[in-house]
Amino acid sequence: MRYLPKSDAERALMLREIGVRSIDDLFAPIPADFRVKGDLNLPRAFAESEIVDYFRQRSAENGAGYASFLGAGAYHHYRPVVIDSLISRGEFFTAYTPYQPELAQGTLQAIFEFQTMICELTGMEVANASMYDGSTATPETVMMAARITGRHGAVVARSVHPEYREVLVTYARHQGVPITTVGFLENGRVDLKALEQAVTDQTACVLIQSPNFFGTIEDVAAAAEIAHRKGALLVVMITEAVSLGIVRPPVEADIVGMEAQSFGVPVGFGGPYAGVIATKEKFVRQMPGRLVGETHDKNGKRAFCLTLTTREQHIRREKATSNICTNQALVALMATIFMTVYGREGLKELAKHNLSKAAYAAAEFAKKAKVLFGGAPRFNEFVVQTNEDPKSINERLLQKKMVGGLPLKKFYPELGNAALWCCTETTTRAQIDAVVKEVAQ
Amino acid sequence: MIRKATTHVNQNEGLIFEKSSPGKYAWKLPELDVPEVDPAKALGAAARADLGNMPEVSEIEIIRHFTRLSTWNYGVDTGLYPLGSCTMKYNPRVNEVAARLEGLAGAHPYQPEKIAQGALLIMKVLSKCLLEITGMDAITLQPAAGAHGELTGILLIRAYLESKGNPRKKILIPDSAHGTNPATAAIAGYAVENLKSNSAGMVDIPSLIAQTNEDVAALMITNPNTLGVFEQNIAQIAEILHTKGSLLYMDGANMNALVGKARPGDRGVDVMHMNLHKTFSTPHGGGGPGSGPVACKQILEPFLPVPVIAVKPDGALGFDYDRAHSIGRVRGFYGNFGMHVRALAYIMANGPDGLRQTTEDAVLNANYIRKKLEGLYDLPYSTPSMHEVVFSDRLQGKNGIKTGDIAKRLIDYGFHPYTVSFPLIVHGALMIEPTESESKEELDLFIDAMRSIAEECERDPGMVLEAPHTTRVSRLDEVTAARKPILRWKPKQQPAAAD
Repeated sequence: MRYLPKSDAERALMLREIGVRSIDDLFAPIPADFRVKGDLNLPRAFAESEIVDYFRQRSAENGAGYASFLGAGAYHHYRPVVIDSLISRGEFFTAYTPYQPELAQGTLQAIFEFQTMICELTGMEVANASMYDGSTATPETVMMAARITGRHGAVVARSVHPEYREVLVTYARHQGVPITTVGFLENGRVDLKALEQAVTDQTACVLIQSPNFFGTIEDVAAAAEIAHRKGALLVVMITEAVSLGIVRPPVEADIVGMEAQSFGVPVGFGGPYAGVIATKEKFVRQMPGRLVGETHDKNGKRAFCLTLTTREQHIRREKATSNICTNQALVALMATIFMTVYGREGLKELAKHNLSKAAYAAAEFAKKAKVLFGGAPRFNEFVVQTNEDPKSINERLLQKKMVGGLPLKKFYPELGNAALWCCTETTTRAQIDAVVKEVAQ
Repeated sequence: MIRKATTHVNQNEGLIFEKSSPGKYAWKLPELDVPEVDPAKALGAAARADLGNMPEVSEIEIIRHFTRLSTWNYGVDTGLYPLGSCTMKYNPRVNEVAARLEGLAGAHPYQPEKIAQGALLIMKVLSKCLLEITGMDAITLQPAAGAHGELTGILLIRAYLESKGNPRKKILIPDSAHGTNPATAAIAGYAVENLKSNSAGMVDIPSLIAQTNEDVAALMITNPNTLGVFEQNIAQIAEILHTKGSLLYMDGANMNALVGKARPGDRGVDVMHMNLHKTFSTPHGGGGPGSGPVACKQILEPFLPVPVIAVKPDGALGFDYDRAHSIGRVRGFYGNFGMHVRALAYIMANGPDGLRQTTEDAVLNANYIRKKLEGLYDLPYSTPSMHEVVFSDRLQGKNGIKTGDIAKRLIDYGFHPYTVSFPLIVHGALMIEPTESESKEELDLFIDAMRSIAEECERDPGMVLEAPHTTRVSRLDEVTAARKPILRWKPKQQPAAAD
């Protein structure tokens, strides 16, 4: 096997040194009738060239080269090439959790920079080193709010990503967290009156998403006011991180949960991505996930290390803030490099391109179909309602190597023939014109 | 004598924010081909004023910045990385090529199944391989990491027991277990009951019998356990639990000691997770991404998270969401698909014979280290080792030297330390897992280093207590870091105008 750095002669020599006759002696602790006899029924060993061929075929069966108008929590943004060249450095890519800071200052400093940039963008005071993704960050923010407030209920906007809400339900069932769902208005925003009625003195937090699942930007300040008046926290989820380039950060929130995929992470059929939790300093000890802090070494030199680990499972075991151990460090590094490439001015321009493309597309669609939720600002997604079932429209588009918007019937049956469309900086005017033409047929 | 390492010039590098100055940039967007929208007009009150202290740097500075940071790290590519329990094996480069192919890396999770057959097939084939390797019946690839897999597995158990009328109250966890096990049980709504180990480092059978009753939902066992010891009584353990209607969960963190040699499903394990970033070579990335597929027996299959992969009537693959008894989703979309690609590429590169040889070499390497260091370091459990060996610092302790000091001195010798002070049942543990990826030459260098340090502990304890001597930074003040946390960079305060 080409990954194994030993000859049979070396193996024999090592066995002799150990003082056993054969490798089987080392497996003697496994009862004989439990041991596998012969080969498992697995594919035979492939040459490297065959492996590449096999996955090229799978790639070709998987929509390579299609133009896509899908968003809904996974966004096609251009990935600057420096990201992959840097994260492919073996010292980043083949290291593990920085338990030994003397040999991991690279990872530690990069995470510290990540935490800082997330704070700058979200308007929060502290951010963790990453969670698995946005969907799993969702229940973690709610459980965190429950620990902080000593309350248990969560009031959740129906315009939060449906799959995030599903993950929340899976976790919440066993945490004794009742969840109340609040609908949305004609303008796509959460129904604040219904929200106000739903929040009680048992509510730990109000959870909204902005831009929400329909691409509509919520009135964060108003939601915060309602939550805070009843002593609850406001949690804001962000699935489209690029929006932060031009959308006012949710500074009124107590906790921000985020999916950082838009920052240079491949859509990759759903993962790996990187979730983030950011919050106010006063809540940091209830925050799950790893944290890197600045300190100094014995000679007084600036250095970075994992810190506040007494929140974590390897110290606190069943009393930990979460069971999370491995997070998404390499993906967070992609995001850090992406945020550095675009930086203070570029992120603004990038977001403006997204805004402009979606505005153009929505206006074009509006000439031929009904664009819903017009009364509030949106970022790079919008909902189009058609006479025809969007699935049939998408069938036609597929023939032309285009993937249309996400049909919403499964998640929001009351919206009828509606689909969620997304345009990013990678979408061209020609593509937009081509899909609008098909929709109008 | 230090043979593996030497000092070399190392670049200093500040924080990226300290290199920033207005007007530098590293980006260029294509010309906008639609009318430009003014954010202030379009967004009104929701428009953002500015981006604060986000950096402004050029492309070459970005390349140098992160390259310099990378040189301060140690990785498997640098050398032996014997972090016990973490399985720091070689990360094959072809895996990376496969995962970055356009149709896979660029696939949207919601694209129609018709144009997602390639990804679905990869998930299907990987699932089949993992079931064959574990001897289980059904699987989900959705969990994002090992601890997430644990939670999924325990929720399956809970759902199953609920379907029988009583979810029960507690989970038994051996005192040698990873911290994630009790943390997981708590999140799944269970009380944790500690189960002690016997003098051989294995689950104490009389204790298990005494503690197993109708309140026990499951035992979470790691096999081989964190001492690197195979739980020989696994079949009996399963039987004790099953007799009382409890289930057996296996933490598959150490599955790399069993692949191709023994299948947990053949000996009573009801549900288990695997860490693709350990056993199946996907990169650890400085702390993730991982991937934690969960395999289970038929009785738990109805409860798997939605969606599951299904073969449609026309033979095409698709996702099945219509599952009445499912525990629900544990993650959005379908899990860390990019890791599924890499793990399958690894299995294909090995084949059944290669996987078996891999396991044998991992066990061979651990036993070689054990043999060569026994006597110099205290071996608290003499039970045979599988893929890792756990020593203690008892012998060095008489000179005031602890496992953490030996670990720091190992850095000067050019190695990443082993896992320090874990498992908790060994006072002052040195948990060493070489993996199969080490040549005899690298192992011998490591053994020499450990011997030399053992001598230094006698002859020159100060040398060890002050280590490391050759790194950029040494012995960080972690107490101050936790007492006065500085968790982000802030610009230096500008002097007030009146000053």
